[in-house]
Amino acid sequence: MAYNPQLNRNGELQHLLTIEGLPRAVLTRILDTAAPFTEVAEREVKKLPLLRGKSVFNLFFENSTRTRTTFEIAAKRLSADVFNLNISTSSTSKGETLLDTVDNLCAMQADMFVVRHASSGAPYLIAQHLAATGRDHIHVVNAGDGRHAHPTQGLLDMYTIRHYKGDFTKLTVAIVGDVLHSRVARSQIHALHTLGVPEVRVIAPKTLLPVEVSKMGVHVFHDMREGLRGVDVIMMLRLQNERMSGALLPSSQEYFKYFGLTQEKLALAKPDAIVMHPGPMNRGVEIDSAVADGGQAVILPQVTFGIAVRMAVMSLLTGQSA
Amino acid sequence: MNIHIQGGRVVDPAQQMDQVADVFITDGKIAAIGKAPDGFKADRTLDARGCVVCPGLVDLSARLREPGNEYRANLESEMAAAVAGGVTSLACPPDTEPVLDEPGLVEMLVHRARTLNLARVYPHGALTVKLEGKAVTEMGELAEAGCVAFSQANQPVRDTLVLFRTLQYAATFGHVVWLQPTDSFLSQKGVAHDGEVASRLGLAGIPVLAETVAIATVVQLMRESGARVHLARISSAAGLALVQQARTEGLPISCDVNVHHLHLSDMDIGFFNPHCRMNPPLRSQADRDALRRGLANGQIDAVCSDHTPVDDDAKQLPFAEAEPGATGLELLLPLTLKWGQEMKLSLPQTLARITCDAARVLGIDAGHLRVGAEADVCIFEADTMQRVTRDSLRSHGKNSPFLGYEVPGRVRTTLVSGQVVFQQA
Repeated sequence: MAYNPQLNRNGELQHLLTIEGLPRAVLTRILDTAAPFTEVAEREVKKLPLLRGKSVFNLFFENSTRTRTTFEIAAKRLSADVFNLNISTSSTSKGETLLDTVDNLCAMQADMFVVRHASSGAPYLIAQHLAATGRDHIHVVNAGDGRHAHPTQGLLDMYTIRHYKGDFTKLTVAIVGDVLHSRVARSQIHALHTLGVPEVRVIAPKTLLPVEVSKMGVHVFHDMREGLRGVDVIMMLRLQNERMSGALLPSSQEYFKYFGLTQEKLALAKPDAIVMHPGPMNRGVEIDSAVADGGQAVILPQVTFGIAVRMAVMSLLTGQSA
Repeated sequence: MNIHIQGGRVVDPAQQMDQVADVFITDGKIAAIGKAPDGFKADRTLDARGCVVCPGLVDLSARLREPGNEYRANLESEMAAAVAGGVTSLACPPDTEPVLDEPGLVEMLVHRARTLNLARVYPHGALTVKLEGKAVTEMGELAEAGCVAFSQANQPVRDTLVLFRTLQYAATFGHVVWLQPTDSFLSQKGVAHDGEVASRLGLAGIPVLAETVAIATVVQLMRESGARVHLARISSAAGLALVQQARTEGLPISCDVNVHHLHLSDMDIGFFNPHCRMNPPLRSQADRDALRRGLANGQIDAVCSDHTPVDDDAKQLPFAEAEPGATGLELLLPLTLKWGQEMKLSLPQTLARITCDAARVLGIDAGHLRVGAEADVCIFEADTMQRVTRDSLRSHGKNSPFLGYEVPGRVRTTLVSGQVVFQQA
């Protein structure tokens, strides 16, 4: 097996940094582990003792209320002690380095870091530093790094697809929008391939696609209608405000006209196609409200499943699965 | 003082010499190779049996970090690293703090370097004031102070008109302008080669286009201005092809490559290894292979270390935030030898690119062992493999993608003007 900083010597998950390179068995195990956790949420006492006494640090170098909250809920449902640190990148660039911050938190007996960072690869740096300093008992979960990866989002998307579609091996999936800047899209593409989806499409203008994207094993479409034809799953991506006007795109209106998901375009997909979105949505930019609130959207179940999947990841990392 | 270098394999690419012979040095100059001059009596004999004796190496780009960044490295440390690597002449780019745009600063640097009595330092003056790309510097005064060429280091001149004017002005006095060809708009915010690896890792890309567009612009401006231009750190096959076209046309153009780019590609970034953050970026394997061939067949004139010591605090960061560059003075010889071996080149062919060819690009009389030349000599064991470690590097910069690698070549003795300035313990 090729060197993979996420796996320990026994091939078990040591950190969750990216979906790329993880064996199918590991992904399936996470999804299987998540299934019973969805029931915990429906109980009156929504808590399991699996992470009792463990300290989970949410280390957010980039603002995110939603992702941080879902990680916090997941850790608390597992009875962990959760500490939230919002560290704006500007303060680290002036003072303490990223690794100094990590060393300090290690000295506070951290068991797990959930890391969000604006720079691709930041969680790797932390994981490598922990390995180099012999702190293998501390785990790192990537909660989104730059444009690189957002593995728990990718996993919750796979959980959602499996929930509604069952078998991955007969699906056609379209990812629509700003693939260039999207860590979500990269994680989705790797996960879909690993789980055996035979056809993954990306639909976007040329300005929002990374170079040589087809080498990631996807079919590229610039015409949304053509790309949506016959698909089982539509995964919409969020378009950041700052991309809506400038050299990449002329306006949100024009973007919506050509790449926004409307009922009319949705009708080109299979009749039972599901519509997903990682949130937060820009209604009227990448998705029409009628679709977002319509019968084919599974956007809110994604959020619910997200907590179960994050519980699964945390419990598997600490070797405490139910 | 007479020195007798005994029994070594003398390789002098400038004279196409490759033979076992003795070298005789008198008063700091090469007195004879082969037979001792009449009445020669050695004050010191250096046993070079089993070693290669070649001209001291010429490095076209080494950042010494003085003035301004002495916490990272200083003249003492980096000049010691140079001679430990067999480098006896080096050019330093003007991106110091303050920038080398005033004659006084250049004089001070030259003076400081001279008093250390190690390698020879050839500063490049800034092409524009503060390297801001706005106003031309006092090139005449700077040249008198010791600048051998004018450069922007790796900060592109964004304004094409300013670039044209500086080329015209330099051409007026016959100064050579060194440019690292990068279009600042196309490279903006990029941190890695814009290819499959950057796409997968989610790193902002620097397209090959940033290099080719800049070269195309420079070539047009050369035709109009008559300036002589050296393109520093070519990184792509397409860029090299444009240089070759201009050369065929007869334009006075030359180029070099960073020795790291002969061995590494964007694939080596692996899991975000910040040591592989370079400027220009490590490109695709096809680009790397084109550079290796281009250096072998002379389309690329010389290879340099582009020595850039970076402290751990600026390097042990997420890839995009890590400062680009690698320490290189002590790796120039090993990595050039490795390239030569892999390309199946003879030792004279290999060493030419870091001796006489580099000296020609720099316009200095060095890099050869002709009788009467300054006795700058490097004596090394060609076949000894050495492991690169933080401790093995004398440079204050420990930032190398080759840490942990075994590389060929071990410098035993370095002489500058007939004085032993480095001796392997």
